[in-house]
Amino acid sequence: MTNLKPTSEPSVADSAELLAETSTETGRRPRAGWRMLLPTMTPWLAIGLGLIIAITLFGLIGPYFVGDPRAIRDMGLTGPSAEFWLGTTQTGQDVLAQLAYATRGSLQIGVIVGLLATALSAFFGIYGAYRGRIVDEAFSLFTNVFLVIPGLPLVIVISGFVPAESRGLWTIAIVLAITSWAGSARVLRAQTLSVRNRDYVAASQVSGERPWRVIVVEILPNLLPVIASQFVFAVIAAILGEAGLSFIGLGASNSSTLGTMLFYAQNGFALSLGAWWWFIPPGLIIALFGTGLSLVNFSIDEIINPKLKNLRLHRKRARRAARLERELAQATRRNGGVPTQTAKESAR
Amino acid sequence: MTAADRRTEPVLTLDDLTVVYETEQPVTAVKHANLTLHRGEILGLAGESGCGKTTLAYAINRLHRPPARIASGRITFHGDDGDIDILALEDRELRAFRWERLSMVFQGAMNALNPVTTVRAQLKDTLLAHRPRMSRKEIRERSEDVLKRVGVDPRRLGSYPHELSGGMRQRVMIAMAMLLEPQIMIMDEPTTALDVVVQRDILREIVRLRDELDFAVVFITHDLPLLLEISDRIAVMLEGEIVELETADRLYRDAQHPYTRKLLGSFPSLSGERGAFIRTGIDETTDILAEERA
Amino acid sequence: MTSVKITDLVKDYTLRAGLKRTRLRAVDHVSLELTPGRTVALVGESGSGKSTIAKILTRMERPTSGTVDVRLDDGTTVSNAHYRREVQMVFQDPFASLNPFHSIEHHIARPLKIHGRTRTQEDTRARVLEMLERVNLTPAETIAPRRPHELSGGQRQRVAIARALAPGAQVLIADEPVSMLDVSIRLGVLNLLGRLQREDQLAVLYITHDLATARHFSDEIVVLYRGRVVERGPSDAVILDPHHDYTKLLALAAPDPERPGRVTSEAGVDREAIDNSTCYDHFAGEWREAGVPAAAARTGA
Repeated sequence: MTNLKPTSEPSVADSAELLAETSTETGRRPRAGWRMLLPTMTPWLAIGLGLIIAITLFGLIGPYFVGDPRAIRDMGLTGPSAEFWLGTTQTGQDVLAQLAYATRGSLQIGVIVGLLATALSAFFGIYGAYRGRIVDEAFSLFTNVFLVIPGLPLVIVISGFVPAESRGLWTIAIVLAITSWAGSARVLRAQTLSVRNRDYVAASQVSGERPWRVIVVEILPNLLPVIASQFVFAVIAAILGEAGLSFIGLGASNSSTLGTMLFYAQNGFALSLGAWWWFIPPGLIIALFGTGLSLVNFSIDEIINPKLKNLRLHRKRARRAARLERELAQATRRNGGVPTQTAKESAR
Repeated sequence: MTAADRRTEPVLTLDDLTVVYETEQPVTAVKHANLTLHRGEILGLAGESGCGKTTLAYAINRLHRPPARIASGRITFHGDDGDIDILALEDRELRAFRWERLSMVFQGAMNALNPVTTVRAQLKDTLLAHRPRMSRKEIRERSEDVLKRVGVDPRRLGSYPHELSGGMRQRVMIAMAMLLEPQIMIMDEPTTALDVVVQRDILREIVRLRDELDFAVVFITHDLPLLLEISDRIAVMLEGEIVELETADRLYRDAQHPYTRKLLGSFPSLSGERGAFIRTGIDETTDILAEERA
Repeated sequence: MTSVKITDLVKDYTLRAGLKRTRLRAVDHVSLELTPGRTVALVGESGSGKSTIAKILTRMERPTSGTVDVRLDDGTTVSNAHYRREVQMVFQDPFASLNPFHSIEHHIARPLKIHGRTRTQEDTRARVLEMLERVNLTPAETIAPRRPHELSGGQRQRVAIARALAPGAQVLIADEPVSMLDVSIRLGVLNLLGRLQREDQLAVLYITHDLATARHFSDEIVVLYRGRVVERGPSDAVILDPHHDYTKLLALAAPDPERPGRVTSEAGVDREAIDNSTCYDHFAGEWREAGVPAAAARTGA
């Protein structure tokens, strides 16, 4: 009852607030709520975004500039050349053309699964936690059941059941989404539980807001960074999961993805024949895309947990303060305890 | 030497202490503070959030963290065995100095106890860190003794922090602070999170312990009426400066600085007249102006 | 104008520890009356049940038994649909009660829209600015687009007050409205509440642990101890002439510079020995049983 705001421990966060205050005082326009959610640009974020944008552009535009990836030529397994930048496959297909189409296919799967899994986890995590009591219990139980289902084996079983001809992109996407939403639902549930108990949620209920508005307008914006980070993870997981499925020959039958490329490379003995141009590019794209998304995720983490950001901002200042203080202490010791004018000057 | 004589002897002197937060536009949190703490004295440090009172307290013990730094001044501890310049201490000396000579009770300290170990283990750790040669028996006796002194049943030694009430935990924290018999204890809002009745019990305990053991206390709080009751002298801080330093009695009867008078006026008296309070029709706009400025 | 009559309010919580269930009675037969233009202070420590009463009044919790009857001037009972237009609350912590994501304008515009106080966008905006000016947040135009972290604690609490009054509420529950604020601005916020109350003839329930402000800010004081009312009466009578042991203890514990040096002179009181089975009613000038239905409360010794 009597709790006062922990006013005064001189922590990093305090001085950050101080900074925020001074910047508002200098008359900058107040930042809108949405702006607050954008991460600050750091080298890592720039690299991550760069990777993602480059690969996405390649997947989007690439297919228009390359030839038919299925065209068979009688020049099997040639290395990179002026005509075929990334060489050809065993049957003389253009690897670069295949790579462009495969990247597009993988991105498609990733985004579809990411959206589906995020929607599922948001519904079960946020709505359940907000309603509380029996709804929460039921949703939690349901989530936990899905959490302990071993993902990949189930996917293999389901994919194995569905006949190859009807095993389209959407089937695979739905199967991957169903097996991957539960983890983020738990994360979202925990976050919602903490936001739900904030006074501002109670205040909006007291002022008469409808439940769905409380969720969408008052709670959701504060969860956006978490949802974004869960989405990014879901995309990575989906691309990797699909690649794994395709690699063992259970992928979507009518589309080509990075996984199917690797599958054919494996079947064509690319590794043992030393045809590195066949399996390294798809592998590299998967790896780089995953790296890019992870780097973006680190930046999102800084929004979720502002302490991380403040730490970064203040490390430099802290070093400077420590150095100046050391100088002062040394000067004090040298002069038998009396800080001289020079010490004070250098301190300034 | 009698206790009364010792009361006029200084135990800690701050001389022109300035603490700066090294941010983009450096903020001076404590400005040229001069302060003398006498032996066995309870010195109240009053002020509102952001006035620098906690920064000052942390700086005395050099517990302030970067980007805060001490930009000028001296802090001298006057021990029985000669003076110690706190700012000149090396890290190792500083560790020995802290807690032995000068201990702290933090704000919300009752949550500062380690939740997974017993009170006994935490007291023992502190003792062993400073007195490695202490025997097991001595440790037990000392632990029981300090708990008894703060009014906690020594059987509580085996308890975990969550088994104790808020007031009890704060008492244990005070017991830990006096474990090594320091000459100075700095208490930062030690009772703010407690209910009034519990708060009163703890205050009574602090004053009694001071009378018994004769350590000096720097008591930091925003609650001026509380300070008026327990302190010998009170320093009022505003925006990093000590604007008034006076005996509690004189401060209450004859405050010089307008800010002190304003603070005093902010607390309606329990048994006295309403003063300038509520329903006198005074407009609150004067307050909001002050608020904007602060 | 609206008044509230709380009769024999009981709230039980069920605590589950493994398979064992225990019942905790947080509020035990509390009866209160809030009338227009009057302030009732509900005084007690944490765990005394005062926040539970606030939650029941704002319909965040349902009472186990007992009634909350909200009536308009003409004697008609306020319907469930209009309940939240009449009864509003100011929360304790201004740093938590405003959504960091939204602007100040959003916080005040929402209740206006929900309760149909404004129709058009311009109308809403004008009302928001008007509300901000009423709580002395000027210039309102520059305050409205800001977000909570750009305001000081006192300013935020003023926004919270404006939000509570926005639906046109006539009953205001103030749950420790100033305990989180810096001391020098507390009186300003309380004075503001007092002025708004006089202007709108609000019925106010002031929940606090601070006896001094309770005495000066309210007309009536109700002391709550372990869920039961142990003393009630005009504020000066309760504070200056406390009858119940618990009220005496509270009055002694509150800092009072008028009586310096008390801290050392008084011995601690054993609170476990204080019982809450009786209640002293200063209005009737007699002791009554506590924790029983108001109608059945026998006059005790």
